[in-house]
Amino acid sequence: MTITNYDPRILKAPHPVPGAPDNWKRFFSFNTDAKVIGIQYIVTSLFFLLVGGLLAMIVRGELLTPPADLVDPTVYNGLYTMHGTVMLFLFLFPILNGFNNLLIPTMIGAPDMAFPRLNAAAFWLVPVFATVLMGSFFAPGGPASSGWWSYPPMSLQNPLGHFINGQFLWILAVALSGISSIMGAVNFVTTIIRMRAPGMGFFKMPIFIWTAWAAQTIQLIGLPPLTGGAVMLLFDLSFGTSFFRPEGGGDPVLFQHFFWFYSHPAVYVLVLPVFGIFSELFPVYARKPLFGYKFVAIASFGITFLSMIVWAHHMFYTGTPNWMRHIFMFTTMLIAVPTGVKVFAWLGTLWRGNLRLNTPMLFCLGGLFNFIFAGITGVMLATVPIDIHVGNTAFVVAHFHYVIFNTIGLGVFAGIYHWFPKFTGRMYYEGLGKVHFVLTFIGATLNWLPLHWAGLLGMPRRVASYDPEFAIWNVLGSIGAFMLGVASIPFILNMVSSWARGPQAPPNPWRAIGLEWLLPSPPPAENFQDDIPTVINEPYGYGLGRPLVEDEEFYVRRSQEA
Amino acid sequence: MTTTTPKKSPNIGAIVIITIAIGLNLVIAKMMANWSYSWFPPQASSAAPYVDDLFALETGIGSFIFFGCTGFMGWVLLFNRAGKYDESDGAPIEGNTKLEITWTIIPLVTVFLIATYSMNVNMKLQTLGPKHKYAIGTDPTVLIAKDPKADVGPIDVIARQWSWEFVYPNGVRSSELHLPVDQRVNFRLISEDVLHSFFVPAFRLKQDIIPGSIISYSLTPTKEGRFRLRDAMFSGAYFSQNQTNVVVESEATYTNWLKTTADQPLQPGLDPGRALYDRRLARGDKGWATVPPAPPPQVNDPGDPSIPHDA
Repeated sequence: MTITNYDPRILKAPHPVPGAPDNWKRFFSFNTDAKVIGIQYIVTSLFFLLVGGLLAMIVRGELLTPPADLVDPTVYNGLYTMHGTVMLFLFLFPILNGFNNLLIPTMIGAPDMAFPRLNAAAFWLVPVFATVLMGSFFAPGGPASSGWWSYPPMSLQNPLGHFINGQFLWILAVALSGISSIMGAVNFVTTIIRMRAPGMGFFKMPIFIWTAWAAQTIQLIGLPPLTGGAVMLLFDLSFGTSFFRPEGGGDPVLFQHFFWFYSHPAVYVLVLPVFGIFSELFPVYARKPLFGYKFVAIASFGITFLSMIVWAHHMFYTGTPNWMRHIFMFTTMLIAVPTGVKVFAWLGTLWRGNLRLNTPMLFCLGGLFNFIFAGITGVMLATVPIDIHVGNTAFVVAHFHYVIFNTIGLGVFAGIYHWFPKFTGRMYYEGLGKVHFVLTFIGATLNWLPLHWAGLLGMPRRVASYDPEFAIWNVLGSIGAFMLGVASIPFILNMVSSWARGPQAPPNPWRAIGLEWLLPSPPPAENFQDDIPTVINEPYGYGLGRPLVEDEEFYVRRSQEA
Repeated sequence: MTTTTPKKSPNIGAIVIITIAIGLNLVIAKMMANWSYSWFPPQASSAAPYVDDLFALETGIGSFIFFGCTGFMGWVLLFNRAGKYDESDGAPIEGNTKLEITWTIIPLVTVFLIATYSMNVNMKLQTLGPKHKYAIGTDPTVLIAKDPKADVGPIDVIARQWSWEFVYPNGVRSSELHLPVDQRVNFRLISEDVLHSFFVPAFRLKQDIIPGSIISYSLTPTKEGRFRLRDAMFSGAYFSQNQTNVVVESEATYTNWLKTTADQPLQPGLDPGRALYDRRLARGDKGWATVPPAPPPQVNDPGDPSIPHDA
């Protein structure tokens, strides 16, 4: 069927930009093609994964022995602050925006994002605030060193009294990151609502689109309060106001409300797209439809809603009255329900499947395994009396990393391997991928599982030194951390060599069902161009023998001929 | 969790396997719950048994869910693997509404029960009293009445960058916190610089100390010994050094200590960040910026940090 099947609502993006290069140089230019921007995001953020990982290994090196002996404690504090900031704002948020850019247009059959220039501008803010943040290492007095929460009054102390200081640059970088994220969120949400292929009703969207939408909705609601809080903090730090300074009548606890109102949901911004990746990959590699598609889809927005009303569980021991503790304990525990729906749906998807354990599937299974564990410690942390003991200890660090790396990180790797052939046009090397998985899974478990016990025994987080009774857990943790550093070697080797000279990828190497797999590998600019398929069925029709789109053979043939 | 897809006729083999699996999982969950008590420091306050019991309960439930789900994953990995050249699809099951509603309702009821139970436990702890804001520079202690249920106190707990100071009702000042066993003690938590947190792992209790606010806090130690008091809210350069001991002793020893210490002259108390700061200065003030440590508190009893702590 070659007649144009074009929904008049779809805006045709101005691409290619006249004069835009079509070779490697396009990755270094203000390119408006979402697929180029996606790769720009992913490569940039993987670089910062290495930076953040290096900082983490110095931190773990310090914690290898009880006394503070590797670096000065002030340096340790700066390093762990920057580790958290780099990992969140320069690795995780950008890499997931990279996935959004690659997958949203191709999965919904749109030629590009709704606002391609805004999209490129959002990406190019990343190197800008990355420079600001990295530059803060050279600020007088060193970088910010009050933790990634930057709680006042500690964050307002500014010992040297310079106007330009590490904390100042840190706030500036985080505010710019927020602006970039809002620009991205506006774009992603608009694209999902307005630019879906004909026939793709909401309940025919892939789950990744549902989760990206749910996550970006959180960005739109949560980032303005955080940015407001950051501006007030900046004014307190630089211009002598007293929003949070107790000396002037301000309230330091108020900042914690601003901060966590966004920063707790922020974890869901990160984890939701990974739930999307799990929901895409389990059906492909189990050769089965996703179990309970509609429940999984709706659960995403259940998480979005609940994420807005849980923030004070970070403040159970700040003097929060009991009635408020109890409300937030209930809402926090309720999150276990929609996430449980998802976990059970994935398990149901695996049941009686025909499992193929290649690298992306291994990362998914490892991520799911860790996430079940993290969910259980999450309910423990939501329990007020338990949190009063383990809050602000290594237990929280362990739980947080079980979510942020052992689940989200593994899910991100799964996604990278799974869609690598689609967007680079090359196959990766399965053997190196499996080595990467084994090292990552063992390293991650060794790194964070033992820290739960250190926390239960009462080791506070963010310490540069600790009592000798915690040594065994920390030695194990540090070995795990160094192992994760080693794990990056097969990964880098695999990515670089595969992209340069891996075997040509067919359009659909995994025999997956989805609009992106009806495109050539790599997809051309504007994806389906003028001939957008009409979606006629729910996604994930594995084994059901039903076509996803009208006239599917035509698109399959066209993708193979390209 | 370990439930299977519904079958038309009862499958005896499957029922037997599931029953054995659930039974085994219950046993493992109970063992994990029992084991979890050994993951904590000794129970040294009236709050500790509540926290440990609650944790054991959640460890049991959590273990059941974790081993149920991962056991299921293990089963699938063993028996549902595709052969090397097998490209066929799995069973085309799209879902099962009854099952999906079940696994929505059961977790909902479970977390509701856990939350209700935890709320009741939390109400029994009775630690946090009123919190009042005050202008820095004024005396906050006039703002707060003593906890009427407390036997001892109020003891002022003053946290600084980076030292602890304790002021007892008779005016005695110390660097280590002395408490009589089995008596409810009331504290007034005060900070004059940044956030700190009063955290005694053996008590299972933690309360942030907020500059500009005075917080009334009460607890009952139940075990004699020396327990670590750790600052648990990041407070800057020498945060990890900002620890001292809580000495829980018999009432007679405590009273005697109060009496004899009152006669001791004031002297500089524990100042755990100082040694590292001096080392830094000796090395030419290298490193990233920090405020200098607050001057050591003047106390009647500086304590002895070299005595090993019990937990």
